[in-house]
Amino acid sequence: MTAPLTVPGVRGGVGERLRRSDGRPKVTGEFAYASDLRADNMLVGVTLRSPHASALVRGIDTAAARSVPKVRAVLTHEDVPGAKLVGMGPDKDQPVLAFDRVRYHGEPVAVVAAEDLTSARRAAEAIAVDYEPLEPLTDAAAALASGAPALHPQGNELRAVTILHGDPDTDGPVVVRGTYDVGMQDQAFLGPEAGLARPLPDGGVELEVATQALHTDREQVAAALGLPEEMVRMTLAGVGGAFGGREDLSVHVHACMLALATGRPVRMVYGRRESFVGHVHRHPATLEYEHVANERGDLLCVRARLLLDGGAYASSSPAVISNASTQACGPYAVPNARIEGTVVYTNNPPCGAMRGFGAPQVAIAHEAQMDRLAERLGIDPIELRVRNALETGAEMPTGQLVPGPVDAEALLEGVRGLPEPAEPGPDPRSWPGGAFGAGEGEGVRRGVGYAFAFKNIAFSEGFDDYTVARVRLSAPDGVPLVEVNTAAAEVGQGVVGVAEQIARSELGVEDVRVLPADTAVGSAGAASASRLTWMVAGALSAACGALRERLGIERDALPGPSDLAGLVGDEALEEEATYRHRETERMDPHSGRGDVHTGFAFVAHRAVVDVDVELGIARVAQLACAGDVGRAINPLA
Amino acid sequence: MSIRLRVDGVDREVPEEAGDESLLRVLRDHLGLIAPKNACEEGECGSCTVAIDGEIACACLVPAGQAAGRDVETVAGLAGPDGELHPVQEALLEAGGVQCGYCTPGMVMAARDLLRRNPDPTDDDIREGLTGNLCRCTGYAKIMAAVRLAAGR
Repeated sequence: MTAPLTVPGVRGGVGERLRRSDGRPKVTGEFAYASDLRADNMLVGVTLRSPHASALVRGIDTAAARSVPKVRAVLTHEDVPGAKLVGMGPDKDQPVLAFDRVRYHGEPVAVVAAEDLTSARRAAEAIAVDYEPLEPLTDAAAALASGAPALHPQGNELRAVTILHGDPDTDGPVVVRGTYDVGMQDQAFLGPEAGLARPLPDGGVELEVATQALHTDREQVAAALGLPEEMVRMTLAGVGGAFGGREDLSVHVHACMLALATGRPVRMVYGRRESFVGHVHRHPATLEYEHVANERGDLLCVRARLLLDGGAYASSSPAVISNASTQACGPYAVPNARIEGTVVYTNNPPCGAMRGFGAPQVAIAHEAQMDRLAERLGIDPIELRVRNALETGAEMPTGQLVPGPVDAEALLEGVRGLPEPAEPGPDPRSWPGGAFGAGEGEGVRRGVGYAFAFKNIAFSEGFDDYTVARVRLSAPDGVPLVEVNTAAAEVGQGVVGVAEQIARSELGVEDVRVLPADTAVGSAGAASASRLTWMVAGALSAACGALRERLGIERDALPGPSDLAGLVGDEALEEEATYRHRETERMDPHSGRGDVHTGFAFVAHRAVVDVDVELGIARVAQLACAGDVGRAINPLA
Repeated sequence: MSIRLRVDGVDREVPEEAGDESLLRVLRDHLGLIAPKNACEEGECGSCTVAIDGEIACACLVPAGQAAGRDVETVAGLAGPDGELHPVQEALLEAGGVQCGYCTPGMVMAARDLLRRNPDPTDDDIREGLTGNLCRCTGYAKIMAAVRLAAGR
């Protein structure tokens, strides 16, 4: 049964077009982002980074840097109080500050705190690092070749997975092959990496930082500082976009080390160039595909080899190659398959999370393959996709049965049915290249392409994925008030509004305040994998349900404000709940089989692209997108 | 000697040596005015857009000395005396054109400038008017919608 969306008389519940509660300060410029933070007596920190993609570090001399006026601390790996290696999963392979060797251009080697930015930069320049440059390994295939230098003790293969399904050698009358190379991409969130660390009187440290996951950060920061986690207090600062680029640590440990070493608040803010080397990127990939079909266009078998360049450190590469491999066939029913996915270490910048997390790379390939197949068979590309689309309960190559609804036809025909944008007209701004184009529009041709794709939601492969929410209900002055506390990172996606809406609909209270996200409450997990709305909603719904139970009220018969205030009385009620999604399984190491993902989201796109075929300039005239979002919590978001 | 400039109607003063820094650094670091944002500091993203004597510019590209004696407007000065928002600010909230918000201060200044020059812009005009302002969250569709909405008011 579908629960009612809204409670009569309560505005701003689930399903309403809700304006952002942080919207006003954002349009007036008052909203404080991490890079806007200041503190009395604050020092500024900068990072010295490796100019080499690969080099041995024979020595670091900081004497000259420490004698630069107004410099208060110059720290290297020798000053890291705890674990010298950090990382998000079990593969903690990334130095807090480089020792022995550097593995990518831009790797942090030393940090400086000074009274002002100019002095800090001067000191960083005065640090003498004795490098022995090595030939960098910059090609993923070369990293696997015999005789390639091992960049890490366990070799260059970061993770390899094989998925075997049915008879992977199945042949058929129609075969299309293709090799696709996709390049590195950057999230390029606008708000640069930034944080402000303050030493605490008890020897601990407080860090306000722009991040996607406070608790994942804290675990690593505490380990690197050699402190128990409760002595590291973290609060979410204003986040200027994330898109995966803030899952890994950036300024975190460095700012805390400098604050603890100097006894003063330290702020670090990256510039744009530094930001490009200061976070992970989307994995470049080489994707070799072979699709086998019958003459009617039914897929019989898919064979794919995926090679992803993980760069210098593991980051989330093991999970990215899992997602890419398990979704390599796209959202199609494939009776037989062999998928071999490998991610390797190189001396390129580390790659990790970025929107889609492995799924976008393979989508380029599986959709290009579907277009080639449609062309070969002379079948309409949408018809071919719909014909082969997954359905609820269908078996994926991993053996997992697709949970949840799938409606390929509605999504694809939905975007096909939208009006196309006007053809390029006399206004040169409508031509490829815009007003700066060299042509006069005579060589412009229009192309229309479709794509169907899917992406797993939330964390997979047996990860203990949970979110904690605390809800406090009181009635000051006889008016009910709900305060919500989670560690969920608002990065622009609107999770604060989601929390407000869920609480309003669950308790029938209009005045809902979402408290700042911090580590005083349990983990919310990361603002990643399109999981946070689902997870926060689950935890909040459970906490609100516990409150209703204490008050003896029902979800479908919520009392009005004065009745509720009467029930609550003078004592505030508080409940905390933890939500976990359905358990998943790790892939079998030999067959790749397993109930790997908890759920999926499906999308269809139509791209209308005008191309000047003489100049080779393209202009995306329109990208029409249809996503099956289920019930939209906030249609305005 | 010091540099005097007017920011959002308030007279401000910074030391003369700050004149060699960018106007953005002076606003943010010397004066503590955080509304103009520092997303690239090389004139690519538009997040630091301000108006100087009515003409918009990337504050990161203007030496602070050039703003001496001039009128600098930031997004922080646009709301009316009772806090009523400028139509562009209001429209961005109404159309859902704000997500992380880091581009918003510059986007508002550029859209306001566009609508002053061209009160009834076509979509191509809007694209051209906002071409110096990058947004990574929205995909621009709702920002376009907001400018159309503001133009109609």
